[in-house]
Amino acid sequence: MGQVICELKSCYAFVERNFNLVKRYLGWEIVFMVYNIVNALTIGFIGVTQGRERVLYLVVGAMIWGFLSILFHEVSESVSWERWEGTIEYTFMAPVHRFTHLGGMCIYAIIYGIIRTVVLLFVVALFFNLNLQNANFIAALVILVVSSLSFIGLGLIAAVLPLMSPEKGSQATHIFQALLLLVSGVYYEISVLPRWIRPLSVVSPATYTLRAMRAALLEGKPLGQMGNTLLLLLVIGFLLIPLGLFIFNLAEIYSKKKGKLKRSG
Amino acid sequence: MNSAIKCIEITKFFYEKRSGSGSNGGLLGWGGKKRRLTAVDSLDLEVKRGEIFGIVGPNGSGKSTLVRLISTLLLPDKGQIEIFGLDAVKEKFQVRKMINRVSVDAAFFKKLSCWENLSYAARLYGVPIKEAKGRAIEILKGFGFQEGKINQPMENLSRGMQQMVAIARAFFTSPVLLLLDEPTTGLDPKSKRQVQEFILKVREGHNSTVLLTTHDMDEAERICDRVAIIDQGRFVALDTPKNLKLMVKGEREEVSLEEVFMELTGKGWEEE
Repeated sequence: MGQVICELKSCYAFVERNFNLVKRYLGWEIVFMVYNIVNALTIGFIGVTQGRERVLYLVVGAMIWGFLSILFHEVSESVSWERWEGTIEYTFMAPVHRFTHLGGMCIYAIIYGIIRTVVLLFVVALFFNLNLQNANFIAALVILVVSSLSFIGLGLIAAVLPLMSPEKGSQATHIFQALLLLVSGVYYEISVLPRWIRPLSVVSPATYTLRAMRAALLEGKPLGQMGNTLLLLLVIGFLLIPLGLFIFNLAEIYSKKKGKLKRSG
Repeated sequence: MNSAIKCIEITKFFYEKRSGSGSNGGLLGWGGKKRRLTAVDSLDLEVKRGEIFGIVGPNGSGKSTLVRLISTLLLPDKGQIEIFGLDAVKEKFQVRKMINRVSVDAAFFKKLSCWENLSYAARLYGVPIKEAKGRAIEILKGFGFQEGKINQPMENLSRGMQQMVAIARAFFTSPVLLLLDEPTTGLDPKSKRQVQEFILKVREGHNSTVLLTTHDMDEAERICDRVAIIDQGRFVALDTPKNLKLMVKGEREEVSLEEVFMELTGKGWEEE
């Protein structure tokens, strides 16, 4: 029990540190928030001429993609960020298990992502006068939490790249994120994609998250009717997180062999 | 078991892109021709408990690589490292609980305040926050650091002050082994002296073991019990400062550690 409390305290070190960084980079936070809001509004306006349903479809896509990309970005860029600050060696030689370190980063990413998404939802709802009376918010929250697991797993796998190659690894994570946006049906049905690219949609957890989220928010579907999708997302999450940790551990060994933990890489 | 650090024939290689293969050698910079550099070469070292052990040598001689190997940030290609009898590779978590390190570049989140950085460190090392703040302020005051500056962003502090905070951060976790990698580089003479005094005080008060790397021969002579001279990843001499001087003194009345280095390596201090 004592050990668990110790690990939780260490975990909190990363949550607190990151929120302190948010405070200190408040100007940039406002910039990112404004950009996200404007982006969601712009996308929403595309649907105005096609009816209310379409606006909701697009806005939900923009919001959920915003949340998932925050999760992915915060986790996958955690290594790059520390390298840029020059603190990577200090963090990696601290007596903290890597599971605790990454767990802290993920908890922060979820809280931070939820705060940003709620602000976005509030502003977008005001702007488009959205009627969400039929929405099943509890189901939406459950979907958000369950799909967080798979995106954390993906983020952990992507975080390996900057660990192995300081600059190019970070570039590769951005390409990976962009591919997820393309194939996951964020703003369109995946059926419009060329046939050869569709297998990627099937393996992207974002595809199922968006489908389930639209069903919960636009149709008010109960959780019971989305059991299969939720189960699938849970399975993907439970497979990806241990896989991500395992790969991260291998990459850490590699970077210590090659001397890649230094700031300059 | 009287050893704090025991290194047995440790070797560390790095691979560097060959000149002429270009910064973008290989596909998008991956791959390309590389050559092997030996940073630490079959090195044996034993540092006793409570000792202040100095390693002196020019840039690129392997000092920082050795410190990184001991601090579990690098894996040796050959050999074994033991910290208080624990294997630094297999039992790294236990080893990390006992050590702390100050590097030449004060590694901080520059936008965070001094205290925000210190509280992050305190949580990582399991030091209760109240206790950590008290200890940190006490150490920093000893360096002449004004208490009000503790809430200033690190980027507003001078390089010397940042280095003092780095030293306070390492000391307030009460490590039994301190790895100080050029801790006084960039400090003014007064601050340098204060840090040296502090290292001596900590050794006396907490019975900590200190491994110090430095360019400063006077510093090594002043505070180290023994000094190793490192060149191209190998120790060319290891003894007390006094014995090192005797080794090369010959007919001369007095020799400096710098002269010892030049004599033993056949190189000038700034060559490399």
